[in-house]
Amino acid sequence: MARQKRRAWTTFALLGVGLAILPLLVEAGIGRSWVRVLDFTLLYIILAVGLNIVVGYAGLLDLGYIAFYAVGAYCYALLASPQFGLHLPFWAILPIGAGAAALFGILLGAPTLRLRGDYLAIVTLGFGEIVRIFLNNLNTPVNITNGPQGITLIDPVRIDGFSFAAKHHWLGLTFSSPQQYYYLFLILTLALIFVALRLQDSRIGRAWAAIREDELAAAATGINVRNLKLLAFAMGATFAGVAGGLFAGFQGFVSPESFNLMESVMILCMIVLGGMGNIPGVILGATLLTVFPEALRYLGDWQQAWLGRIVVDPDDLRMLLFGLALIVMMLYRPAGLWPSRLRRREWQDKRAS
Amino acid sequence: MDMFAQQLVNGLVLGSVYALVALGYTMVYGILELINFAHGEVTMFGAMIALAVISALTGAHVHLPGVMLALTGLLVAIPSCMLLGYTIERVAYRPLRSAPRLAPLITAIGVSIVLQNVAMMVWGREYIPFPPILPTGHHNLLGARITDVQIAILVTALLLMLGLTLLVQRTRLGRAMRATAQSPQLAGLMGVNANAVISLTFIIGSGLAAIAGFMVSAYYGLAHYYMGFLLGLKAFTAAVLGGIGKIGGAMLGGLLLGVIESLGAGYIGDFTHGFLGSNYQDVFAFFVLIAVLIVRPSGLLGVAAGERA
Repeated sequence: MARQKRRAWTTFALLGVGLAILPLLVEAGIGRSWVRVLDFTLLYIILAVGLNIVVGYAGLLDLGYIAFYAVGAYCYALLASPQFGLHLPFWAILPIGAGAAALFGILLGAPTLRLRGDYLAIVTLGFGEIVRIFLNNLNTPVNITNGPQGITLIDPVRIDGFSFAAKHHWLGLTFSSPQQYYYLFLILTLALIFVALRLQDSRIGRAWAAIREDELAAAATGINVRNLKLLAFAMGATFAGVAGGLFAGFQGFVSPESFNLMESVMILCMIVLGGMGNIPGVILGATLLTVFPEALRYLGDWQQAWLGRIVVDPDDLRMLLFGLALIVMMLYRPAGLWPSRLRRREWQDKRAS
Repeated sequence: MDMFAQQLVNGLVLGSVYALVALGYTMVYGILELINFAHGEVTMFGAMIALAVISALTGAHVHLPGVMLALTGLLVAIPSCMLLGYTIERVAYRPLRSAPRLAPLITAIGVSIVLQNVAMMVWGREYIPFPPILPTGHHNLLGARITDVQIAILVTALLLMLGLTLLVQRTRLGRAMRATAQSPQLAGLMGVNANAVISLTFIIGSGLAAIAGFMVSAYYGLAHYYMGFLLGLKAFTAAVLGGIGKIGGAMLGGLLLGVIESLGAGYIGDFTHGFLGSNYQDVFAFFVLIAVLIVRPSGLLGVAAGERA
């Protein structure tokens, strides 16, 4: 027992050190653009873990999840940019963005409480598109979102005078802006993963599982189905709101184009591919689906090296291979790469019978 | 009044195309309870293949009347799309019949991405104009202007819907389809080859999609590798609106959605005193959808279904 505990701590310590030096190694090894990929990976992990609360825990299929990300991002963009001349501090905006996203989550959840399965999927999909179309068009007659051009010149994240956009020297090392964002995102990601893990094992998490498996039976055992469903939507939306705020500050620019249906679908793919309901699987899925398309950007170089010329435009080939990978993965691992033990057992039982 | 009639005509024409695409969704959903996300892309391929054939023929100086050219393009596009639909089902859906419900949804999305990118590689990122080969005459109908192309679209779509209804209600194959939709296992016990029926469903749906795709490109005068996405989304909305799984529902939902969208886009400026413009056209589809699902979740013609988890 003691040995097991010690081994667990060693693993954690190694993981911690690995995550801490990762951006330094990546920047030195393959370049700064890959540190940005790391940053985005962390954002997508937050999103995937958040969506997993709605889809994986509570079993509510949500295809408009990106709308909450958009709400968080636009909250940050409007409150910290020349658009309205507001420049609120980071720690004030992040909760506002998260809160606004949660409110939208409840707004979406309330009318859809009676819907199930595919119907819910389509309504949430419609909701996501509505948010995007409004963001796209709310520049007349009153200019709120600046329409398709989006909002530019967003303030970078700044905490107590420490700007994440500028270079800093510390312990003889120089930290670039993406590296500093990495540490900020990492801390928030770990905190949110912790929240998600604890939620899963809590009374609320068990109630969600009960609703997912059989709503009627759950209601019969005294679970307040309505409130818990709303809580799942609000909780998932909060995660997306946080990620959205971080995205806006990191990117310095938001436009409606970043929040299309394909993004929602991509996040859903992450959790299904990784293993729905299982946090390590979800993290794996998010990492793979963020890094893999980026890695495929090298297709042009490979073609140059192997065939001597560029036969197919690498950008075209990239998404094609990505689509093929989705199909092949699902055909061979329909329950995901790293399913929870319970789900794996269910899947095997089903196959045997 | 004129504007009302005009928007009504436009809406009906567009709606009849939505209905054709919606039929593909609803037939597949009725049997497999699967949202065939790649259906919009099949529609796009229909338009693209037909246009490619037409431009190849005109390029080779084949002198045919415009309508014949269009028909030739369509006659190549329909079987190609049928083959495409059949292949999609065999490769991406059939192996996952007993998998968790979300697995085929992901492969469907994968197929959709692949098809879009193949189309982009073959036909490029630019809008492809529809060649001016079709007659440009028009008539007046109750104060509205209706072109020959619009009439052709509406009549063809209605005939196809009638034909499909007869096929499903009156033939042996139709009976097999209805039986499979109720219970594939039981239908199998009664001697229905469920796999063949499912394949045929995909083939018929894809054939209709090819025609619809061609119609859309003729109507708007262009085609694009990304056109299938929004079209598919709206057609699916139409299918849900009418009651998914119901063939009559898809037709009603499609026509209704087309009319609502067209009237909404025409009048939203007046209603809101210019606050919102016709650029909100695409929002209507979704607002209608959400309203219907909240008031009547099973759709207009659907029977109140039990659990759909």
